Amino acid sequence: MNHTFTFTIDGVEVRGRPGQTIMQAADEAGIYIPRLCAHKELVPHGSCRVCTVFVNGRPQSACTQPAAPGIIVENETEALLAIRRSLIDMLFVEGNHFCPFCEKSGNCELQALAYRFGITAPQHPYLFPKRDLDASHPDIFIDRNRCILCGRCVRASRDLDGKNVFQFVGRGPGKRIAVNAKAALADTDAARTDRAVSACPVGAILRKRVGYAIPIGQRMYDAAPIGSDIEAVRADPHQ
Amino acid sequence: MAKPKVATTSLAGCFGCHMSFLDIDDRILKLIELVDFDKSPVDDIKKFTGRCLVGLIEGGCCNEENVRVLQDFRAHCDILISVGECAIAGGIPAMRNAIPLEECLRESYLKGPTIYNPTKTIPNDEEIPLLLDRVYPAHEVVKIDYFLPGCPPSADTIWEALTALLNGKPLDLPYPLIKYD
Repeated sequence: MNHTFTFTIDGVEVRGRPGQTIMQAADEAGIYIPRLCAHKELVPHGSCRVCTVFVNGRPQSACTQPAAPGIIVENETEALLAIRRSLIDMLFVEGNHFCPFCEKSGNCELQALAYRFGITAPQHPYLFPKRDLDASHPDIFIDRNRCILCGRCVRASRDLDGKNVFQFVGRGPGKRIAVNAKAALADTDAARTDRAVSACPVGAILRKRVGYAIPIGQRMYDAAPIGSDIEAVRADPHQ
Repeated sequence: MAKPKVATTSLAGCFGCHMSFLDIDDRILKLIELVDFDKSPVDDIKKFTGRCLVGLIEGGCCNEENVRVLQDFRAHCDILISVGECAIAGGIPAMRNAIPLEECLRESYLKGPTIYNPTKTIPNDEEIPLLLDRVYPAHEVVKIDYFLPGCPPSADTIWEALTALLNGKPLDLPYPLIKYD
C-alpha cells in the first residue's frame, strides 16, 4: 500500500500517499493552505477551520481530511478567502488582542494570517471580554486575553512533553484553557523549555524575561507572509 | 481650482499617529502643494471652514467630546480614515473596557497608591467631557471608509494612502505596510 496517487488543488496536479491528509500532501507540493490549530508535529485538531478547503464541492478541514485519488480541492478562491478572513476577524474580536504591546507581535500566527489576508480592520464588533492572566510560574505565563483555543498547548504537553499540563474546561463562550493543578500554573510541572510553550501560535503562553528580543524588521512575518516557506518549495524548480 | 482639503484630529490617542504623519519629512512640502489643511492640530484650526476631501482620525472614542468631534468629521469629510490601532481597535485606552467605569475612577482618584486627594472627590465638572462606559473604535460610532493599521502606521503607509486617494486611485496597501504594531 505504498503507491502514490494524484488529485488536484486549484487545478494543479498534486501527488498524495495513502494515510496523508490534504494539508500534508499540499505542503509537500509547495501549496500553502492557511492554518492555525494545525502544527506539523502534532496530531490534527480540526477546530479552527482556517484550513477549510472545498473537496469535491464540500467544505472540509484540510488538516484532518485524508487525501484521496482524484479528489478536486479548491483552496485559493474568493469564497474561501472570505470565509478565512471572517474566521480570523472573529478570533480578533472575541479576545483582547492588543498587538502594539504584545511580545509575540511580528511572530504571531494569528496576526500573520491577518496580514496575509490583507485585513486592515475587523468587520465584526469587538467583544472586549474579561479574561484572566496566570503569572504564578517563575518562567512562563498564560495570558488568556490572547488565547484562541487552538489546543496546540494541550496536544504538545500531552504528546511531546509527556506532561498533560493543559486542558480545556467549560463550553461555548465559557471555554478556556486550564492547567492540571489545584490552583495555578506554578503548581504544575510545566517548564520553560516545554514544547507546549513554543507551540502557542499567539502570545497566550510566553516565556518570561524575553520581551521584545527581536528588532522590528527582523521578526518572522515582517517581510514575507506566513506560508512563504511552504510556497518556496513550489517555486524551486529542483524540487 | 481650489486644492482639496485635509482635516486631522486626535481623539483617545497619544498623538503618536500625528508624529508619524510628520515623519513623512520633506514630502510634507509636496503635500502642501497638493492639499490645504482645514481643522487640524497641524495648523491649529479649531473649527471646520468647509467641506474636506479627507479626514484622518487618530484614536477611538473614550468620552462624549470624542464622539461629537468624530461626528463632526463625518459630517464634513468625504472620506474618513481610521489611522492607527486606537482608532481601529480602541488600543491602549480600551484596556479599561473589561473593567467597570466606576472601578476605573475609584482607582484613579481614590484608591491608587500615589493618590493625594484630601476631599475624596471624583472630578465631575460639566466642563469635563463625560467618560463613556467603554472605549469605542471609530467605526463603531460612525461610518469609516478606510483603515490604516499600525501603532503608529508608518509615515510610508500614511503617505501611500494620501497620495493614492488624492490621485483617485484605490487604496491597496502592500504587504510590508500592513502592520498592527
